[in-house]
Amino acid sequence: MIQPLTEEKQFTRTPGSEGLIETQTLEVSIGPQHPSTHGVFRMDCVLDGETVVALKPVMGYLHRNHEQLAERMAWLGSMPYTDRLDYLNSMSNNWAYALAVEKLAGIKVPEHAEYLRVIMSELTRILNHSCVIGFMLQDLGAWGTPLLYAFRERERILDLFEAVSGSRMMCNYMRFGGVRVDMTSKDLAVAKNIVSRFPRFLDEFEMLLTGNEVLLARMQRIGILPKELAINASISGPMARASGVEYDVRKIDEYGVYGRLDFRVPVGNVGDVYDRYYIRVLEMRESIKILQQALHDIPAGPHVAPEVKLRNFKIPPGDGYGRIEAPKGELGFYLVSDEGGKQPYRYHVRPPSFINLTTLEDMCLGHKVADVVIILGSIDIVLGEVDR
Amino acid sequence: MGFIGKGLLDGMVVTARNFVGSYFDKERLVTVQYPEERVQTPENSRTFPFLVYDDNKNPVDTMRCVACKICETECPPQCIYIVMDRDEKGKPRQRPKVFDIDTSVCMQCQICVEVCPFDAIKMDNDYEKSRYGRFDELVEHLPDLLKSNEYYGRIKPTEATVVDAKLKAEKEKKAKKAAPAGAKPPTGSKS
Repeated sequence: MIQPLTEEKQFTRTPGSEGLIETQTLEVSIGPQHPSTHGVFRMDCVLDGETVVALKPVMGYLHRNHEQLAERMAWLGSMPYTDRLDYLNSMSNNWAYALAVEKLAGIKVPEHAEYLRVIMSELTRILNHSCVIGFMLQDLGAWGTPLLYAFRERERILDLFEAVSGSRMMCNYMRFGGVRVDMTSKDLAVAKNIVSRFPRFLDEFEMLLTGNEVLLARMQRIGILPKELAINASISGPMARASGVEYDVRKIDEYGVYGRLDFRVPVGNVGDVYDRYYIRVLEMRESIKILQQALHDIPAGPHVAPEVKLRNFKIPPGDGYGRIEAPKGELGFYLVSDEGGKQPYRYHVRPPSFINLTTLEDMCLGHKVADVVIILGSIDIVLGEVDR
Repeated sequence: MGFIGKGLLDGMVVTARNFVGSYFDKERLVTVQYPEERVQTPENSRTFPFLVYDDNKNPVDTMRCVACKICETECPPQCIYIVMDRDEKGKPRQRPKVFDIDTSVCMQCQICVEVCPFDAIKMDNDYEKSRYGRFDELVEHLPDLLKSNEYYGRIKPTEATVVDAKLKAEKEKKAKKAAPAGAKPPTGSKS
């Protein structure tokens, strides 16, 4: 619960309302079942008229004990559970976990598998970004249309995921030292087709949205996140880049084969909702570039390291942190293995959307209550990952 | 940018193009009138596990499962329950007496299939599994789970061919090993 306001604070006025009738602030609880909160998330807002004077995010409605469950299970057993963290991007979640385990166990991944991972992860990124833009506009009041256009494209990618991994969303595709099944030449052709037609969709999407005056009026100068705050609050992903922080784990760590691929990192300069929208559009264009290179360069070879066992997989004592640039930001897994090494002694997730959510109040203060919904939409949260 | 309102008009052009296009272009229309129309699921598509048997006449005796309980221990949400079958003397019979899969718990991760050393458990692709009850009706017992190898070959032809070839090779290897021990090696066992 939010702390009761002091007498003094209760009557603070928003600038410009001096001389009007004395009013009291109003505490409104938005959520947890509100559709604009993207799941079960609650915001305790204190409003003066329509202006937000205090806001407290309340999390934990979707807590599923993910970390504790993983500590009681074999290493492989947590892999399907990572799908359910950020359920839009199961592929990149798998990769982050597999990367952490590979670092800890010292497994080398075959090159073919690395390329497959890049392809899957970048497809996930364009899937996530197009959907997030759709959801954000849904919050703005553009009911359905942009979201369903985005879903139409997403459907093609999900069909590919189903053909390759067996499941549309809960892919469970990566394994330690590679991926579970190889992509056939037919699947690769489908992926090439998706990549070749995606820019056309993106152009159409931008024609629908980018120049729209209503959109500009609603999104520009709303929810500004200053660069210093973004750095201090360890914001990552498109949100940090929209605020002008040039930080991309793909460039810094060069995990996988990202060191060989040529792409740029778009950076915004204002840090408002519009920048966060546009950064995502630009990132999708860069992802298309990466995908074209990866699909062109993919070498032949095994899809999984042959020495890795599925059962009785043990890791010598030690700890490791594996991180990737997930569509929402830096996703990391911190793992500790102890004597025996059959299951993690400690398993910790660094969820990007949870940490990005911590600056919600700073962005919302002084804005109208209707803007809170867009600001939340622009952070791009998935509650499965926030609450775990 | 041109005049004010150009962005709005551009957007309307896009929506109009999509609306009209949906009558002519299959790419712009993705809705399917389920259940009258159905989309063919890909071969790899998976839902819940089932148990494979080889001979249609005698499913219980020819099932590949030997009740080794590897899948039971490896299953992440612990949805499998197995009891080994024993004869009157209490000797294990190498087949399950009880094999339950709680489909309300199963998360379709396919780990049971990957760890099974006997290729006995495979993933189905039947997605119409709705029931009226929430508890007992969602638990699948051994008779519901048993499905023939032909069925497996029908739903997943590529995968089944690989598995069949592997099992055949293993059988021949076994027969070869057993042959020198026996008094008379059966003729034509080499192939």
